[in-house]
Amino acid sequence: MNNFDSIVVGGGLIGAAVSYGLAKSGQKVVMFDEGDNAIRAARGNFGLIWVQGKGVNSPAYAAWTRQSAKQWPDFSKELTELTGIDLAFEQSGGFDFCLNEVEFTKRRALMEIMHSDSQGEFSFEMLDNKELKQLLPSIDPTVTGASFSKWDGHVNPLYLLKALHKAFKQLGGKLVTKPVTDINYKNITFKVSTEMDEFISERVVLAAGFSNKTLAPKVGLNVPVHPQRGEILVTEKVKPFLTHPTGLVRQTHEGGLMLGDSHEDVGFDEGINLNEIQQIAKRTIAIFPCLKSVKMIRAWGSLRILTKDGLPIYDHSDSCPGAYAFSSHSGVTLAAAHALDLASCIAKDGLLPSSLACFSARRFDV
Amino acid sequence: MSSAEYDIIIIGAGPAGISAAILADQHKANVLVLDENCAPGGQIYRAIEKNQQNDNKWLGQSYQDGLSLVEDFRGSRVNYLHSATVWHLSSTKIVHYSVNGKAHSVKGRQILVATGAQERPFPILGWTLNGVMSAGAAQILLKDSGLICDNAVFIGTGPLLYLIAHQYISAGIAIKAIIDTTPRGNYLRAMRHSFGALKNAKNILQGWRWKREIIKSGALYISNISGVRINGSDSVTSVEYCQKGKWKNLNCKHVFLHQGVAPELNVSLSAGCEKSWNTRQACWTIDVDQYGQSSVEGISIAGDASSITGGVAAAQKGSIAVLNMLCNMGLISSNDREVLSKPFIKKLSKELIARPFIDALFKPHLRYRVPQDSKTVVCRCEEVTLAQIKESIGLGCKGPSQLKSFTRCGMGPCQGRLCGLSVTEILAKELGIREEQVGYYNIRPPIKPVTLAELASLDES
Amino acid sequence: MFRSINSNQGELITIYFENKALNVPKDYNVATALLWAGVSDFRKTTLNNESRGPYCVMGLCFDCLININGLDNQQSCTIQVSDGMKIKRQAINSSGKNE
Repeated sequence: MNNFDSIVVGGGLIGAAVSYGLAKSGQKVVMFDEGDNAIRAARGNFGLIWVQGKGVNSPAYAAWTRQSAKQWPDFSKELTELTGIDLAFEQSGGFDFCLNEVEFTKRRALMEIMHSDSQGEFSFEMLDNKELKQLLPSIDPTVTGASFSKWDGHVNPLYLLKALHKAFKQLGGKLVTKPVTDINYKNITFKVSTEMDEFISERVVLAAGFSNKTLAPKVGLNVPVHPQRGEILVTEKVKPFLTHPTGLVRQTHEGGLMLGDSHEDVGFDEGINLNEIQQIAKRTIAIFPCLKSVKMIRAWGSLRILTKDGLPIYDHSDSCPGAYAFSSHSGVTLAAAHALDLASCIAKDGLLPSSLACFSARRFDV
Repeated sequence: MSSAEYDIIIIGAGPAGISAAILADQHKANVLVLDENCAPGGQIYRAIEKNQQNDNKWLGQSYQDGLSLVEDFRGSRVNYLHSATVWHLSSTKIVHYSVNGKAHSVKGRQILVATGAQERPFPILGWTLNGVMSAGAAQILLKDSGLICDNAVFIGTGPLLYLIAHQYISAGIAIKAIIDTTPRGNYLRAMRHSFGALKNAKNILQGWRWKREIIKSGALYISNISGVRINGSDSVTSVEYCQKGKWKNLNCKHVFLHQGVAPELNVSLSAGCEKSWNTRQACWTIDVDQYGQSSVEGISIAGDASSITGGVAAAQKGSIAVLNMLCNMGLISSNDREVLSKPFIKKLSKELIARPFIDALFKPHLRYRVPQDSKTVVCRCEEVTLAQIKESIGLGCKGPSQLKSFTRCGMGPCQGRLCGLSVTEILAKELGIREEQVGYYNIRPPIKPVTLAELASLDES
Repeated sequence: MFRSINSNQGELITIYFENKALNVPKDYNVATALLWAGVSDFRKTTLNNESRGPYCVMGLCFDCLININGLDNQQSCTIQVSDGMKIKRQAINSSGKNE
């Protein structure tokens, strides 16, 4: 009755992607997602599928990111075909701006490292202002240049989440919108409890964002994460003006601009700081002066779920085999890999891909 | 910014804000009034000074009664900034506003939010067509510019609807039809508050007089309907209404909709003020104590901005709130506050007695608050229909925030003003929970759109 | 049709709607001026290309957005007309190709 092949705790981008992948593999899955006012990192997303600059200090992370980016086009098509939802997916490259010569030089060096670490798989171009102007005519002359990588793209992150939920439901997945209160492990079986019910399975995936911290120890795992706030400005809809996403500005499918970002240590405060918003506005019009008269219609703050080294956590419990804990602040970029590779490994033999072994939280125990 | 530049900052120059300003000035407080419009009066007394130049008797006596209040305001020493759009009120009593394309910040020791009411959404099929406007819009056009629309169809319920119809008829303007959506059961329900009815006898009689006058004018008066929709492809071509199971058609080019007003919440909510669902009025109200103090220290709400009680009550609430604020700042004693508040409290009580009767009589039918047809547009800004909302609820959306994520409902420039109430009630009905449990959108600044240039140049110390 | 019943219209100025000259009272806001000139369709929506015009006329609905002097998304009911003002309908279509 309440017996499942897998239980996934968390209906955000990671939870929903893994749940979808497991359901696709033919498993009977239940996914838990809390109420409307839960802290939802998945909702605070810029929507970038970003490869450049990720994993400079971790070739394994860079490789995992590239793997997901490669799978994205088929992944997007698959979700749209199944659900009818257009994800507004585009992957024709993205820019990261360098506002002065120092930044430009540093950036080039970084890109070279990524290029060689990937045995040449990762490609990029450094564009000076003149070359940049050909692709982004509104760029300000004081912008030194940018790094461009055709690996980058963007998607509507909210429609991605919606499509994953819809696809999961269509494949027979069950959604429970109640918080998980306890998890018990006995005789290779997990019992996951809510206030009212109990659910049994042989696999439990913890993808519950910050709630992972309290849930993970119940299955012999540790997820040391802390919040970092990022703020985003959203503008009114304007005529199409940005053909590619950039690390700081992207134009959504509907026409509004999303402007970012900030990195603030403010605990769990999801409010906004007017100073940060002002900085974002200043930075944006320094890069694109034509945006001076465009109006901001809302701003929001959202919490990134970060580890000490900024890399994800993919863990499989020793004491409670069959229990997994996943945490990453790049839920959009990695959605394809999560839905396809990660989920199918769990479904097949229960072992995580060997390429992810270095992302166990045990790395923090040293 | 650490020290306050003003004792009291008042947001809104309608009856509540103006009354508060006058009284504060009399007690020598240093006051700043910020108002969006180009002249004081709010919506109820909009353009009242300008209209003295015209012989506009059709606007009525209760409108004209507002003139002395506005004149007293003009005669006071308060600092008054018109055409100032407030786009953020922080819980630390800093107000951010824009005038002439430049953004400013100012801090007050006490803040009075007197931003008034807005009309309820009226989500029926075709309400987004060109040629459909709110009855409040008809009032504004008449007050601001003497602009009227011949042969329009008025649909809805509530005092404002009958008022504008009466004003039109007084001015000799032809009305094609008035489709009264007041639920038949309301008359009986309202009579339960018969004490209030007696207190409101003058207005009830006036209402009956106006109704007879409407019919006498040749306008079609239609009531006891079970549905209404507006037809057209870009612009209105006709209105259809259902009476006794039969759909009837009225050709027309212009429609005015109205089904009551509700507090305009966004300033109060973005400052962190707590709210409650008012079942009688079917809308959110801001929680305030007897002095109008909200849950945020130093921020008070007066007039229709906290709960709907009308223009005369608004003036009393504004005065009561300001006396309390003066007391908070030590400018008057608490004994003085009690004594000076007495006449305002008395007048306010008189206004409030009639309220349950009015609310019961004009509470819009649920079918016009929660749309019936899934093709109905609920979020006008983002073009989200009831069908899309229902689909997302089916995918597990439990509240307005998740709904926003899945449908974009509430994400547009109006920031939930024209869909928020509908969404609350739709979710409550579909999920089988109380509106209080459903909650509302997370309202964040800016309360009104502000340009990137304004934002970048904001003078913050 | 919208028309004015005020006895005193005040001073008139000239504005241009889609390059056509209109003489309107100088204290009208843009939305009022266009309604008076018989125009109630101001813009097309981004997603479904629906025609929209003023609804609330008090700055809350944002349906009266129109292009004024080259700038899109101007809230016409909150902006007073000025001499020589150029007004055009706006149609900001989404950049999405796969609808």
